[in-house]
Amino acid sequence: MNTLPGYLRQAGTALRFLLLATVVLGLIYPLAIFGIGQAVAPFQANGSIVRDASGKPAASALIAQVSANDAGIQNPLWFHARPSAAKWDPGASTASNLGPNDPKLLDAIKANRAAVAAAEGVKESDVPADAVTASGSGLDPQISVAYARLQVPRVAKAHGLSPETVQAMVDRRTVTGLEAFLGQPSVNVTELNLDVAAAAVK
Amino acid sequence: MVFSIASFVTQVAVLLLLLILVHKPLGVYLASVFEGKKSTRVERLFYRWSGVDPNTEQRWSIYLRSVLVFSAVSILLVFLLQRLQGVLPGNNSLPGVDPWTAMNTAISFATNTNWQTYTPETTMGIFAQMCLLAVQNFLSAAVGIVVVVALIRGIARTRTDRLGNFWVDLARTSFRVLLPMAALAAIVMVIGGVVQNFWSTDVVNQATGVTQTIPGGPVASQEAIKILGTNGGGYFNANSSHPFENPNVFISMFEVFLILLIPSALPYAYGRMVGDQRQGYTIVGVMGTLWLTSTVLMGWAVAGAAGTATAAAGGLGEGFEQRFGAAQSSIFATATTLTSTGAINVAHDSLPPLAGGVAMVNMMLGEVAPGGTGSGLYGLLILAIVSVFIAGLMVGRTPEFLGKKIGPREMKLAAMYILVTPVVVLATAGITVLLPDAMANAPASGPHQFSEVLYAFTSGANNNGSAFAGITTSGPYLSTIMGIAMLLGRYLPIVLVLALAGSMAKQPKIPASSGTVPTHGWLFGSLLLSVTVIMTALSYFPALALGPLAEGLLK
Repeated sequence: MNTLPGYLRQAGTALRFLLLATVVLGLIYPLAIFGIGQAVAPFQANGSIVRDASGKPAASALIAQVSANDAGIQNPLWFHARPSAAKWDPGASTASNLGPNDPKLLDAIKANRAAVAAAEGVKESDVPADAVTASGSGLDPQISVAYARLQVPRVAKAHGLSPETVQAMVDRRTVTGLEAFLGQPSVNVTELNLDVAAAAVK
Repeated sequence: MVFSIASFVTQVAVLLLLLILVHKPLGVYLASVFEGKKSTRVERLFYRWSGVDPNTEQRWSIYLRSVLVFSAVSILLVFLLQRLQGVLPGNNSLPGVDPWTAMNTAISFATNTNWQTYTPETTMGIFAQMCLLAVQNFLSAAVGIVVVVALIRGIARTRTDRLGNFWVDLARTSFRVLLPMAALAAIVMVIGGVVQNFWSTDVVNQATGVTQTIPGGPVASQEAIKILGTNGGGYFNANSSHPFENPNVFISMFEVFLILLIPSALPYAYGRMVGDQRQGYTIVGVMGTLWLTSTVLMGWAVAGAAGTATAAAGGLGEGFEQRFGAAQSSIFATATTLTSTGAINVAHDSLPPLAGGVAMVNMMLGEVAPGGTGSGLYGLLILAIVSVFIAGLMVGRTPEFLGKKIGPREMKLAAMYILVTPVVVLATAGITVLLPDAMANAPASGPHQFSEVLYAFTSGANNNGSAFAGITTSGPYLSTIMGIAMLLGRYLPIVLVLALAGSMAKQPKIPASSGTVPTHGWLFGSLLLSVTVIMTALSYFPALALGPLAEGLLK
């Protein structure tokens, strides 16, 4: 049986099997999930796009949206997201992939710490870890509650709002309850900045 | 980044409880699929169109030939169509994939490794993702399962040279097991926030002036089978760290559950098919003990937050996503490396040194706790055969396993199985370390550079697919040697397993005597556990000492 014709016949079977399976698993299945997704949860299925007051797509609630210059310095008007090895480009997700003892990582963290401390006007020792470390995706929209609190005075001043008002906005965008227990309390910067913009316009 | 012990304990307890609840009904269902005699009308049509005679059973050599021919055809087709991407529809304006990358990727997805030497966002269009890679996610997972089914039949059957029909087993596993489960999982994922569309969305923030192109794609349908089939190749470069693949901690927990689901239910199906449920419980008990031990070790190593850069940051953070927290990420990192998954929700390269070491050891165990779909169970069954051999030596009797004699032929096959993967890992990593040009692709310095290389070949030969991703493997040399490691690490063990299945099926069943070592219960479970750990330690300790252990001990 282990002859060349045997192999060729099986290769023919394999090819036909594979092509038929591709129709089912590669076309019908994803299209069915697409149909169900659009019917059941269109907001999530299309990327959790949040719209501005005029109804135009403004951001994805799941993706960091950062106003930064070419050097990667984030705009002081807004809440800052975590450092990103992807420069917050939604089309180029990546981590730094630097080892825990890597001198390049050590330098980057020290530089980030100095920059955050200067931007917020606080001591370097007050800067939390998430503010100086790049996320796994480069698109993490969440920051720690501590890092958000650090930024409240700067953002409030920039928009002529009271720190209490801005802190209330932070609290509203803070993950709580079971989700915070299983994960950790964190604040969505993308949505928070949209809230700040809406409040500042009034 | 906080490592919450309360969250860690809760998540582990919830996972264990869910898996214990589900493994029996799922195991019963799996056994009924594998033992079923009838084909549905759609399946009969499918067999007719593919030229399969569903009523013919195959000898082990023909079963094996079918596995190999099917895999070879898959690799060739996936390679060719990637090369032709530029002229095919659904390419998102991307050109044909570079030949080295296309070769590496075709092998990677057909072998259930899903090592990604490419950056998905800039390499693969929707057609390649959906019709090539996601399809292989189903089929490579199914191939692993049908191989263990053939082994179980070899153990259960007597005086026959027939092990079943590969094509029927493959179709049933794909369409009756993986497809409905993946569809359910994908729907849960979409509701939880995973994307499933066919377009990107341009967004403009009027206040900040930022414009972005938010990517889209059939992500949920691919994510579901990527996780369920212990594949691990991400739709996006950041894999399950990407918010669109893994939007929150609940979905992340769900993904861990799905990774462990089929591999931990297969032992129940095994017990049912050999007619002795205690056999299945002992196997799953060993898997569970290893999983729990490794998860706790990983949690301990992550919580320790060692490393000079980590210390400078004031704690964990680099490579972590804020929404998961360190507890969830350590549980994920354990599950993904104890199975052949290799999806990641934290950058393994940036984990504390000993945590990265735990991830490597998990793969070096042969991914048996609970392991890849099918491959985990056949790996542990081979270790069980080695264990009865060792026990047989102690009591001076010819070893037997469920009434089948473990003679010289069976023992040679099992011993070769144990040796194949470590030899491939250490040889490919060893050769690479000697080539300065190749080592330049791992930019780290000191022990961490060696760790990146060791991790890559451990991951490749064990068909895991996760990486210390600082290493770049897209050039001709590394693409090729990784391809070789993945091929040998997948198909040599399969050859040995099916040969073993063939020689066990031929034997009559000998009744248990007073000299028979029972292959169930605490005593045998402990022996199996010790054999698994000792084999791994003997094979890999020197390599581990040069990489993660050295880095973990350096101050």
